[in-house]
Amino acid sequence: MLARFLDSDFVYSFRRSPVAVVSTLVVLACVVGAVGAPWLAPHNPFDLASLSLMDSLQPPVFMADGTAAHLLGTDDQGRDVLSAIMYGTQISLMIGFLAIIFALVVGITVGLVAGYMGGAVDALLMRVTDVQLTFPSILIALLVDGVARAVLPRDFHDRMQIYVLVFAIGIARWPQFARTVRGSTLVERGREYVMAAKVIGLSSPRIMASHILPNVLGPVLVIATLNLGLAILDEATLSFLGVGLPPTQPSLGTLIRIGNDFLFSGEWWVTIFPGVMLAVMVLSINLLGDWLRDALNPRLR
Amino acid sequence: MSETSAVVLEATGVTRLFDVSRPWLQRVLVGEKRRHLRAVDDVSFAIPRGTTLALVGESGCGKSTVARLAVGLYGPSSGDIRFEGQALSAARSQAALRRRMNMIFQDPYASLNPRWRVRDIVAEPIRAFRLLSSAAEIDARVGELLTQVGLAAADGEKYPHEFSGGQRQRISIARALSSEPDFLVCDEPTSALDVSVQAQILNLMKELQQRLGLTYLFISHNLAVVRHMADRLGVMYLGRIVEMGPGEEVFRNPRHPYTRMLLEAIPDLDMVGVARTPVGGEVPSPINPPPGCPFHPRCKLANDRCRVEKPAHVRVGEVEVACHAVQEGRAEA
Amino acid sequence: MSLLDVQDLTVEFPTRRGVLRALDGVSFSIEAGEVLGVVGESGAGKSLTGAAIIGLLEPPGRVAGGRILLDGARIDDLPADRMRAIRGKQIGAIFQDPLTTLNPLYSIGRQLVETIQTHLRLSDRDARARAVKWLEDVGIPAARERIDAYPHEFSGGMRQRVVIALALCAEPRLVIADEPTTALDVSIQAQIIALLKNLAREHGTSVMLVTHDMGVIAETADRVAVMYAGRIAEIGPVREVVKHPAHPYSEGLMGSIPSLTHRVERLRQIDGAMPRLTAIPQGCAFNPRCEKVFDRCRVERPDLMEAGRSRAACWLYAAENAHV
Repeated sequence: MLARFLDSDFVYSFRRSPVAVVSTLVVLACVVGAVGAPWLAPHNPFDLASLSLMDSLQPPVFMADGTAAHLLGTDDQGRDVLSAIMYGTQISLMIGFLAIIFALVVGITVGLVAGYMGGAVDALLMRVTDVQLTFPSILIALLVDGVARAVLPRDFHDRMQIYVLVFAIGIARWPQFARTVRGSTLVERGREYVMAAKVIGLSSPRIMASHILPNVLGPVLVIATLNLGLAILDEATLSFLGVGLPPTQPSLGTLIRIGNDFLFSGEWWVTIFPGVMLAVMVLSINLLGDWLRDALNPRLR
Repeated sequence: MSETSAVVLEATGVTRLFDVSRPWLQRVLVGEKRRHLRAVDDVSFAIPRGTTLALVGESGCGKSTVARLAVGLYGPSSGDIRFEGQALSAARSQAALRRRMNMIFQDPYASLNPRWRVRDIVAEPIRAFRLLSSAAEIDARVGELLTQVGLAAADGEKYPHEFSGGQRQRISIARALSSEPDFLVCDEPTSALDVSVQAQILNLMKELQQRLGLTYLFISHNLAVVRHMADRLGVMYLGRIVEMGPGEEVFRNPRHPYTRMLLEAIPDLDMVGVARTPVGGEVPSPINPPPGCPFHPRCKLANDRCRVEKPAHVRVGEVEVACHAVQEGRAEA
Repeated sequence: MSLLDVQDLTVEFPTRRGVLRALDGVSFSIEAGEVLGVVGESGAGKSLTGAAIIGLLEPPGRVAGGRILLDGARIDDLPADRMRAIRGKQIGAIFQDPLTTLNPLYSIGRQLVETIQTHLRLSDRDARARAVKWLEDVGIPAARERIDAYPHEFSGGMRQRVVIALALCAEPRLVIADEPTTALDVSIQAQIIALLKNLAREHGTSVMLVTHDMGVIAETADRVAVMYAGRIAEIGPVREVVKHPAHPYSEGLMGSIPSLTHRVERLRQIDGAMPRLTAIPQGCAFNPRCEKVFDRCRVERPDLMEAGRSRAACWLYAAENAHV
């Protein structure tokens, strides 16, 4: 099985594409660094006991006053920037992933039902998606977050903030998935293998789940990859605007916002390094998504 | 309830309309009425057990709609379809009867789910009807079915894309047989295949019919294929059966002007170097069918009566024909 | 000299698993005014042969060997712009789907006039009059009124008539028709075939008719080439090949076609399927399916040789020709 996979056209075109190989390596490095942060990071930025104001705002190692203890320098509270980035990436990636999974579940369900049922169900569901598509996703996310802040008690809200963000970003991104899945479902449901299942009397949910779903998953997963980058950016934007994660639990966006205050006083590294990290990661994810789309599109082969 | 009635499927006066109106909002804005396409118009037939009824016609004549009506994929707008003596919708609500009908499709590339292994494709009806319970029994049965259609039991491990068109059609037949049906609807089963493969599939279908006592409703646009398969033959034009009777009789002695035209129009191996004048005209749109006899704009025998009055089915010898000219004796060439 | 002379044509597709040889040493010729039918099952290489002649092979396919001569001049090694000039002016093409040939954005009159004017020095008015004449010739009713209509306003059969007019209006020497009737209904097929045949005869145009439909060939072609796995299995006068096929493959092919005029209990069938390009057997490509196979067939590949009034690539006829 593995040998057959390694010999497939998919793997072949992957190995022939330097962009795909490099961006995969970068994404892998990000994931390993983020998931392994508790073991790999040189410091624990959340361990208040290890923080010392004496270490605050140290420059990166390659500058005159830099030390090897803090390769990318420290922030105003003496937190190691490299470690903060690793932990921040972990939070950013987690929110991005969870938001996309949430959006996928909603989008695929809506798309499948709309495409398979057709008629009034389809019209209703698609009008809802159309309306939602007219709002910028960041606006929806802001709205959800605002409502959550107003409704939930303060300390409970802080603990729930990650889930609020996942919901806010996910709810803003599902319509695109729903549309893609509906489009593929319309094609698949007219195919004869679906008719064969109907002839023997299978129920609609069973046909949707076992026959149509596996055949519409490909395109939507490609879009999900591209949307993962955007979801991470959504989270960073919200955190940068101050409605995302609090500084006690900083994501990449939070780090950039904190560091932003020091940009003009000369301590650029506090904000630039998280920024570069965010850009490189999102760019790699997008390049990978682009390549996937082309590699899986038979017409471009 | 007769378990073994002599007639497996019987259709009486079946009509099927499709709504081809534009969306509601557009219709209201333009002030347009609902529009219907009469895909099947007053079609009646009966298929005796163990025989093949073939329906032949050009695209848009409604033959595929009849195929789907016959297995209950569509319901009739009016008229009555009975399977084993019971109303089709009632028959289809009982697994024990639904199991006894199945379908073979035209496109061997679209009729098998590309993400499923062949053994799961073939086993799907067995699982759906809970015909066998243990995995070992199902595996053995799938192997048996694959062997029966000329494939190897080990082919079950593969995916559909590893097979040629003809082999896929064999898989499709194995799937249709796995629910142990006695009635199969075959919708253009060989029209996507090359001729030498078509011969293999047609031979296989005939063998299976003899061995298992199957009853076929066979849909095709290819008259030569139909001649090879049909016990009884119905010729369809714009949703109506214009001529129906024993296959050999219709071929040897075609009565309806459309049947004659079709038989003359088809290039045939035995016609090397024979020059002939093809019939002009094209099939009109079924949304706006001509009044009277639908064939009259292309018919050399058409007169005023044909232009206004729809001809009824009249029995001439063993054949039923819907044609004023035949009734009035004007058709004898 | 023949109008078209194809000598030892070889077409290859480089893939990452090695080079696939889709056409292997195909040789035939078409005389002026002749209709040559090319039949075979899907994948036999019949459409590829047509595409190679008009220089429209889909990359990465390439002509890897042999020569194509039109009127004695090589056309297989011409630069793209010279080939484009030959296409249309000297060689016309008709494809299965008329919509791929017609530009949906231009009226059919404009497309006809443009084609006529690229090949003949005519004023706009004369070219238009000629276009109307062509539409009448291909049987478009009310041609004068419909000349400014767009392709989508015509039915499938009418569109294919327009395509025929478009292919013939520059008065090419050769028309390559690739499955011209496959997408049409049977009653329309007969009309189109008759039209193509009559127009070709009137204008002295040669036709290479590529189709999988033996019936169409039987009624239209003067000679027929039967292709199998990228090679010509048999070529000869159409009556000979249909009534007395020499190659065991042609014989099986003819026997497997159900007849309109008589009924048999069981059709003759060739077991198995045509090999994929990746697995062409050694020797004669047909040998694993052949009922008359003998040792030589399994090792040595036969070229076309005399077989009665046809020529067949089959060792059965080697002994017959031994005295030559």
